[in-house]
Amino acid sequence: MDINATIIGQSIAFAVFVWFCMKFVWPPIINAIEERQKKIADGLNAGERAQKDLEKAQEDIAEQLKEAKQQAAEIIEQAKKRGAKIVEEETQRGHEEREKIVAAGHEEVTAERNRAREELRKQVAVLAVTGAQKIIEREIDKDAHSDIVEKLVAEL
Amino acid sequence: MVSGEQTPTQYIQHHLQNWTVGEGFWAVNVDTIFWSVLLGVLFLWSFRRVAKKSSAGVPGKWQCFVEMIVEFVDNSVKESFHGKDKLIAPLALTIFVWIFLMNLMDLVPVDWLPTAAMYTGYWLGFVDDPHDVYFKVVPTTDLNTTFALSLSVFALIIIYSIKYKGLKGFTKELTLNPFNHWSLIPVNFVLESITLLAKPASLALRLFGNLYAGELIFILIAMIGFWQLPAHFAWAVFHILVIVLQAFIFMMLTIVYLSMASSEH
Repeated sequence: MDINATIIGQSIAFAVFVWFCMKFVWPPIINAIEERQKKIADGLNAGERAQKDLEKAQEDIAEQLKEAKQQAAEIIEQAKKRGAKIVEEETQRGHEEREKIVAAGHEEVTAERNRAREELRKQVAVLAVTGAQKIIEREIDKDAHSDIVEKLVAEL
Repeated sequence: MVSGEQTPTQYIQHHLQNWTVGEGFWAVNVDTIFWSVLLGVLFLWSFRRVAKKSSAGVPGKWQCFVEMIVEFVDNSVKESFHGKDKLIAPLALTIFVWIFLMNLMDLVPVDWLPTAAMYTGYWLGFVDDPHDVYFKVVPTTDLNTTFALSLSVFALIIIYSIKYKGLKGFTKELTLNPFNHWSLIPVNFVLESITLLAKPASLALRLFGNLYAGELIFILIAMIGFWQLPAHFAWAVFHILVIVLQAFIFMMLTIVYLSMASSEH
């Protein structure tokens, strides 16, 4: 239990241990710890950032979806209007066409009828004249009574 | 008990005797040196293994454990010591782990290693009587170890004081505190010197006293026969607290003293 030279030996041993610890043990370990702490902190930050990005992206998606829906609704509305307009126009045109065709038919019929009537009139005139000729051949002179016959024809 | 031939007094004395080689002051306690160096090397070797492989990646289990201790010491240093210093943290780590390991030898049942040493020495023919072999396995129950530690810290206190305050500042601190008047310089000097010298003395004696008393109680328990088993267990459990606490106190006080030495009042 006396103090003796052991104290010198122990002091030297202590000094050497501290020196070794300071040189070869402490720095690598504390560096690794600090580096890892930084890494973990970075990782956590990155995670948080990613979470925020994701939330923002989801918001964007929702907004775009809403916009797209609105646009689609608009397009459909327009298409409906346009369709209705086209149908109306076509109906209108159909009507006009029909009326035109009907009018043309009427005209043709009228013209045909007039022509037929003219023809008939001519034939009747000829017939009348022929008939009258036949009658008159026996009774009157053709030349003398032609003015009467013509007046008759004109009256037909 | 080792042998029925011993009286209890002899038994206790035998356990408290160092294996000493040499005479007078130049004698050396071989057992103290052997165990402390062995434990110090064990500490540095096991921590160096981690240091060599350490990276910021996923740590292994041993690496985790070592890093836990290192971080604990680092936090203690950061809390008490403001300013940058390359020496303090490794110093604190060395003190903490080394003293803890040396204290830990106290938990080895008191007769195992001494008895083994006794018969080894006897068979190897170094001694005629096994009881002539003395072997104390707890280096911190040797005043030489605790004073070696505390005087090294004391030297650092003085070095830091001079380094941070200059020789003039340090002298002023010793002579003009607590009474700032020229006529009271001798009084101040006596007071401050006692304060200064009390630091290493209390450091060394606190650690030595705790461990020596603990060891003595283990030895006393070892003599009471069958009932020593539960008694030993109970004291050992309590002693686990003591050995960690003493290592921690020594480390903490070292940090605090050096922090005081390196900062102005």
